Amino acid sequence: MSVLDLRLRELHDRLAGGELTVTDLVEASLARIRETEPVVQAFITIDEEGARAQAAELDHQLKNGGERGLLFGLPAGIKDNIVTDGLLTTCASRFLSNYIPIYNATVMDRLRAAQSVTIGKLNMDEFAMGGSNENSAFKATRNPWDPERVPGGSSGGSAAAVASRQVYFALGSDTGGSIRQPAAYCGVVGLKPTYGRVSRYGLVAFASSLDQIGPITKNVEDAVYVLQAIAGHDPMDSTSADVEVPDYTAALTGDVRGLKIGVAKEYLGEGIAPQVKEAVLATLKVFESLGATWEEVSLPHTEYAVAAYYLLASSEASSNLARFDGVRYGVRAENPANLIDLYRKSRSQGFGAEVKRRIMLGTYALSSGYYDAYYLKAQKVRTLIKQDFDQAFEKFDIVIGPTAPTTAFKIGEQIDDPLTMYLNDICTIPVNLAGLPAISVPCGLADGLPVGLQIIGRAFDETTVLRAAYAYEQATEHHKLRPVAVGGAQS
Amino acid sequence: MTVTKNYETVIGLEVHVELHTKTKIFCGCSTSFGAPPNTHTCPICLGHPGVLPVVNRQAVEYAMKAAMALNCEIADVTKFDRKNYFYPDLPKAYQISQYDQPIGKNGWIDIEVNGETKRIGITRVHLEEDAGKLTHVEGGYASLVDLNRVGTPLIEIVSEPDIRSPEEARAYLEKLRAIMLYCEVSDVKMEEGSLRCDANISLRPWGQQKFGVRAELKNMNSFRSVQRGLEYEEWRQADILDSGGEVVQETRRWDEATGKTVSMRGKEEAHDYRYFPDPDLVRIVIDEEWKARVRASIPELPDARKARYMSEYGLSSYDAGVITASKKLADLFEESLRYTKDAKAAANWIMGDLLGYLNANNLELDDVKLTGQGLGEMIGLIEKGTISGKIAKTVFRTMLETGKLPQQIVEEQGLVQISDEGAIRAIVEKVVAANPQSVADYRAGKEKALGFLVGQVMRETKGKANPTLVNQLLIEVLKSQ
Repeated sequence: MSVLDLRLRELHDRLAGGELTVTDLVEASLARIRETEPVVQAFITIDEEGARAQAAELDHQLKNGGERGLLFGLPAGIKDNIVTDGLLTTCASRFLSNYIPIYNATVMDRLRAAQSVTIGKLNMDEFAMGGSNENSAFKATRNPWDPERVPGGSSGGSAAAVASRQVYFALGSDTGGSIRQPAAYCGVVGLKPTYGRVSRYGLVAFASSLDQIGPITKNVEDAVYVLQAIAGHDPMDSTSADVEVPDYTAALTGDVRGLKIGVAKEYLGEGIAPQVKEAVLATLKVFESLGATWEEVSLPHTEYAVAAYYLLASSEASSNLARFDGVRYGVRAENPANLIDLYRKSRSQGFGAEVKRRIMLGTYALSSGYYDAYYLKAQKVRTLIKQDFDQAFEKFDIVIGPTAPTTAFKIGEQIDDPLTMYLNDICTIPVNLAGLPAISVPCGLADGLPVGLQIIGRAFDETTVLRAAYAYEQATEHHKLRPVAVGGAQS
Repeated sequence: MTVTKNYETVIGLEVHVELHTKTKIFCGCSTSFGAPPNTHTCPICLGHPGVLPVVNRQAVEYAMKAAMALNCEIADVTKFDRKNYFYPDLPKAYQISQYDQPIGKNGWIDIEVNGETKRIGITRVHLEEDAGKLTHVEGGYASLVDLNRVGTPLIEIVSEPDIRSPEEARAYLEKLRAIMLYCEVSDVKMEEGSLRCDANISLRPWGQQKFGVRAELKNMNSFRSVQRGLEYEEWRQADILDSGGEVVQETRRWDEATGKTVSMRGKEEAHDYRYFPDPDLVRIVIDEEWKARVRASIPELPDARKARYMSEYGLSSYDAGVITASKKLADLFEESLRYTKDAKAAANWIMGDLLGYLNANNLELDDVKLTGQGLGEMIGLIEKGTISGKIAKTVFRTMLETGKLPQQIVEEQGLVQISDEGAIRAIVEKVVAANPQSVADYRAGKEKALGFLVGQVMRETKGKANPTLVNQLLIEVLKSQ
């Protein structure tokens, strides 16, 4: 067993007691990366030097008895769309293959304050567009449970790195399910906080009204600590909410007596794999045994969510990605004939197929004459979806369903079929449209592959989501299963 | 170039005014003019990946203040939208602007042309960020990009198509400029680009309701070039219509050197800006309390001040108009009235000697050191007879250059008027004795000779003798002999 498998509190006790150093932790992480990376391929950039220097600095502090931050010494992996000062940030795009930022994302400043150690930058679908990591310009990350399969996406590198214990925790970003779906596919915990809970400053924008940074961890307890470290108002982000951050450790009770659970009917209908449905329904018995109650609840506008999402997210993306023009940073096409040619060539060469598809879709949706029929209509659908949840939360404390309709699919299986690929997000997209917090926790295996249970809560009520997730996790053994890539056995 | 009288001219103006906040509209960079290229920049205004805008409240308040001064209705809720287009001076490839919920709308200002007052409607006033500046290298092989100006707050003021002549357009701009200066939201210097103007102009047969096809004019860098550009365009369009042709809807560029407008791009090349609400910024709610606070900060505006100067001080409409066209000038005038009651005299000194001096030397009021106190006290010294009107001109010039108070100047330069009868009589007698020929001429009825004798007395006293006394005593002496 690696030191990286220790629970956070025990790890901190050992650090405090001098039995362990931050350097030990970092070296364990780097060793695990060396061992597993040839198969998993989760990283775009591994910052050995930076990580070791940071570890030495923290060890020095440890010796001198300084204050220890919430995430002291924990090796962390960062999705490569989160800006890191002085460290290559590519968004898994050829366009930014040479981009070294000149500032830090707010979450990176918060992690620095919490004293975790950044090991490197993790693979993803290019500009967070995709659900399989196959859209990375650099490499396809493998699912640690079966290297033939995708890790999910777009935060596939983050989920795979945590699942294969390369890092203690990772940060991902979630626009339509990009934290939760890969967490489900890789058998780890992924939390998308409420929109506005975590600063987006320094998150390279895909769809600004939907993007949210969140933790990917081995268990719910770790998610609580990482969220605690990164949550809170940021004056640099106008959309970050000035809402007090509670003590999330209050969620770690295991007590869900009297909790009212709504089971989303539409998330268990057509297109949901029978084994996934079975695994999710089985969780209800667990919750019942813990004293919670459940009922079916309808979210009637779910069927329009995917269409609305792809219009809104692509519209915003078409504008957000316009700044990549080859003029100031990133890759510039050689020998352009004129200005327009510089733009055209740089963008043609710099962006991958899926990014281009969404830029075109969004540009079209915002065009004069189409705006009302597409963008505006989609905004109205968004309002209706929000209302679905408002109504559900009048009666229930949480709403649950599967995180994804299936388990991880095979690499190459869906890449030529974007529509099927888009439908993988059917259960996660409505949550982003409504801006709500949701977590994916492992709830069993189907044919040896992890299934994720999604728990959705009221806006800014991460505590109830985490409480339910923690109680479920503690009552089951699923989170203790380890992927094959790190010595786990398929059951 | 003669304009035919067959058509009515219809003009609408779009004016951009830079707000002189200390920092940019969405980041903390300085907005000061003239810094070395790309030094007033940061990841936010450079449009680096991942950055977010946060609105500068001062910019919102300045925009509110300007919109209120232009008699606009102020929005209860306003928001920002993205205007998408690619250009190297726009790092994000979209400009944060306001589309359908501008800060102000439905306003108006009054202008005066040929003694008649006319009301020009203001369609809207909205807030947006400025773009950078491109310098095209000679030979066309490169363009240099300076992003210092990116993110400077701007308001765009769109007029109704109520303007009927290039002259009215100019009067509108001058009034707009005066109002902005009064509100102290901008220094509105066209040569530094802090006021920019585009114009839409079309012609239609007299009596026709429907507007003609319009051209949009750009690149006019002074009030004069706005007027000249519009005059040229009036002539060009009339010429086309007279010869039975059709005006093409297009954007045209004013060329100062040739004095002509040239086509830039046609209607079909017009951008689709794909406006949509900026998801990075939240709506701004403007409550009544905020509105009231900003409204209270607006000073008395030029029209009101002009009316007051006419009724309170009896100034002519023209004088009151000239003085109130500039807030600083009007402030100087009022300051001087704390030291003298003679408002007309103060107005005359301002209209004549001050503006004459500024125009002759191509200076701004800020470039001279005259104070209202100096002007007022100087008028007082004339009233008391301490100095003559002639000497006052010297004192005034010295005040402009040094800012010293008149009493000090008079003492330092020994300019006190000689009003002592005995002293002057002695000199008069001496002059009369020394100039028998002139005395004889005067007695022979040659009035001109008196002027010569007065001049001789003034020369003897280095101009300090009280001229009224000199005249009176000369006549007395001449008659008594």
